[in-house]
Amino acid sequence: MQFDSLADFFNMGGYAFYVWLAYGVTFLSIGMLVTHSLRQKRKVLVGISQKIQREERLKENRSTK
Amino acid sequence: MWKWLHSYADPERAYNLSGKLLPWFAMLATALVGIGSVWGLVFAPVDYQMGDSYRIIFIHVPAASMSMAAYMAMATSAFIGLVWQIKSADWAAAAIAPIGAVITLIALITGATWGKPMWGTWWVWDARLTAELVLLFLYLGIISLYASFEDKVLAARAAGILAIVGVINIPIIKYSVEWWSSLHQPSTIRITEKSAMPTEMLYPLLINILGFGMMIGAITLIRFRAEILARNGMRPWVRELAKAEGVK
Repeated sequence: MQFDSLADFFNMGGYAFYVWLAYGVTFLSIGMLVTHSLRQKRKVLVGISQKIQREERLKENRSTK
Repeated sequence: MWKWLHSYADPERAYNLSGKLLPWFAMLATALVGIGSVWGLVFAPVDYQMGDSYRIIFIHVPAASMSMAAYMAMATSAFIGLVWQIKSADWAAAAIAPIGAVITLIALITGATWGKPMWGTWWVWDARLTAELVLLFLYLGIISLYASFEDKVLAARAAGILAIVGVINIPIIKYSVEWWSSLHQPSTIRITEKSAMPTEMLYPLLINILGFGMMIGAITLIRFRAEILARNGMRPWVRELAKAEGVK
């Protein structure tokens, strides 16, 4: 352990702003990238299922007339 | 001899295999980045010259080195896609591009927040920094080129050529600190000789480099799977998945 107290750790030897800005930006942007990537699959599948439903509706209308 | 590899180019098999690999990559990435970052932030000794500001190295170097490694992986996939017409390789390249862009942005921002306290400036138009900025623009160019064609076979060809041409930038980034006098320091990790860094600092750094690699691998698998589904919307197995998971 390189720090005497929690306050000492957050202070980062006077470089708190720069160190925490770097770590903050890093983990925030990675978090956003992961969330965006995880949502893609559902978005794609919803799009495909809507397309399937549209095709089926078209098919039904054709057969009734 | 290597023919067994071909069967994995089949979209459904590639989708299932990457689904099996994903939890391992995700677990390794979380564990390694967690250990490396805590070790680097809390337990690694203070630098005698830079004080605690040097702790940015534990994310800056992994991000910067992996931004180049990811580019090489993307360009290799694009090359395989172009030469052997393997569509899965094109999709893998398309999956890596946005991740590489984010990692490059992280390398640039963490570099700036380290440069400000140590060099006294957020940014200089120095060879290393400028070449890394060009890498970001290459990634953005490849992403927008791939996005701007409705026909994704054509899109992958155009983006793939840009990706392959852009490889020229990688050795420029790597050797910029040796070729030109630069504000940026030369590399601290040496493969052939003793690293210019004590092991108490080197181990967390190496762990985080490996962790960032695993993390990029995990996010690539997630995006690759989504890309496979998006490009194979007409296949029965994808339609089954869509019927099961899509909203009514």
